[in-house]
Amino acid sequence: MILVYINTLNGLGKSSYEAVTYAKKMNSSVLVLTNGSEDESSLNSLGDYGAEKVLVHRGVNSSDSKQICDLISTVVSENNIDTIVFSHDYLGKTVAPMLSAKLSAGMVPGAISLPDENGNINVNVFSGKAIAKISINSNKKIISLLPNSIPIEKNQTACSVEELSSSISEAKIKLVSKKELEGDIPLPEAELVVSAGRGLKGPENWGMVEDLANTIGAATACSRPVSDIGWRPHHEHVGQTGLAIRPNLYIAAGISGAIQHLAGVNGSKVIVVINTDPEAPFFKAADYGIVGDAFEVLPKLNESMKRFMAENN
Amino acid sequence: MKILVCISKSPDTTSKISFTDQNTKFDENGVQYIVNPYDEWYALVRALELKESLGGSVTIITVGLSVDDPVIRKALAIGADSAVRIDAEPKEAFYTAKQISEYAKEQSYDLVLLGKETINYNGSQVGGMLAQLLDMPFVSIASKLDLNDAILTVENEVPGGVEISEVSLPCVVSCAKGVAEQRIPNMRGIMAARTKPLTVVQPVDCEELTSIVSFELPDQKSACKMISPENTDELVQLLHSEAKVI
Repeated sequence: MILVYINTLNGLGKSSYEAVTYAKKMNSSVLVLTNGSEDESSLNSLGDYGAEKVLVHRGVNSSDSKQICDLISTVVSENNIDTIVFSHDYLGKTVAPMLSAKLSAGMVPGAISLPDENGNINVNVFSGKAIAKISINSNKKIISLLPNSIPIEKNQTACSVEELSSSISEAKIKLVSKKELEGDIPLPEAELVVSAGRGLKGPENWGMVEDLANTIGAATACSRPVSDIGWRPHHEHVGQTGLAIRPNLYIAAGISGAIQHLAGVNGSKVIVVINTDPEAPFFKAADYGIVGDAFEVLPKLNESMKRFMAENN
Repeated sequence: MKILVCISKSPDTTSKISFTDQNTKFDENGVQYIVNPYDEWYALVRALELKESLGGSVTIITVGLSVDDPVIRKALAIGADSAVRIDAEPKEAFYTAKQISEYAKEQSYDLVLLGKETINYNGSQVGGMLAQLLDMPFVSIASKLDLNDAILTVENEVPGGVEISEVSLPCVVSCAKGVAEQRIPNMRGIMAARTKPLTVVQPVDCEELTSIVSFELPDQKSACKMISPENTDELVQLLHSEAKVI
């Protein structure tokens, strides 16, 4: 049986459905484990994607990686689990390696494919510049799935929710406070992203980026210099030292496309580059390019998108 | 305050990535190695700042062969006091974490820092594995790190917000942008690095939980289709009917 660990730090999201879809596609019955306060009916919706049972422990603190690791390990031993699937997000990156060491279970970090006929799984390496095929040598296996790597599929399954109340170790990591980000689409999960760089000349000009993003339902992102000088918040920075994302569509305006920026976006399915400089390196990595001034092209593209949306919805 | 900083070597960001031996080995021909930027810019520099304000020592540790000594000297030039090299090929994450933990558990470090990932294998695994093997709490992908009276205050960017949490020492923290700023070594540091102690330790036996079967390069993008700035309608149509992303 496969266990999928889901965190509800940001509610049940796309990455949760992706992880359950992935496990179901491995032709096994799927057990889900979560903690936190998500209500029973939304947990039940995981059955739409193939989960047979959802275990939820309300007493485990989402900030304490050890508590979560211990909880998963108990459920693994009580349920004859051979494979544990995570989403390769903040908690997946934290807890999955701990669990790997605890269970001596080999881990594939950031899987972008299902296991092939030999059980090998692809991951991105060299910051997206190559792909490695990885085999797991141990009996127990851990796979953490890179968000936006496989399409969600429905697979209606009768699903029940069971509350767990096993005793837990004292939390070593204590959450002091949490600042919520408002209303944004979480960047790692976004299918469409509109991004801009220094070419926009100042934070006051971001309205046209946001307008286009709103029209098509995209998240907004930025290049490193823009977040370094404080025009945009750090959590929007994509690139080598920021987030690595892989949306279906990445529209970049006023970003030259330095190799460090490309490392964060080269997993995107389609890249559109808008830049005044026809020699900008980003055009080499782009699918569609417009040589032009973002100040003219972005509003015009927004109008075109509005017309398209009106005709197609 | 005894701080251990785990470093890894990684190819310079601008290196050409290619493979040899039927795509089973990274082609090191002409590749310049650097200290993995996350380990150097954030973990190591923050460790040095903590040492400068609180006293103590900073030791760097890596799993690697003698060809990696120049990379270790680069890290020493930035300011660490001493270095340890476990004399083995860092075959995979668990193997690496196990080697470091075997050494570290005898040394009673107060704090273990490392980068959130390497820029070559991008796995984000060693920190969590090491914490588990040392039975220490693990805080990952910190964007801020402060220490007061043996309590660490850490900021993390989590989905949907920023969390601030507290944890007592000893613990393991993986560091990301925001924790510190890159330091450029000066000539005095580079000279001093030559004579700082570098201890070579023999590896312990350890199973490899995973192996890399082969590498491949992603499909080459076809040439970029250029569209006139007047024709944003055409772009939208192409995104819809050709690329099928809207």
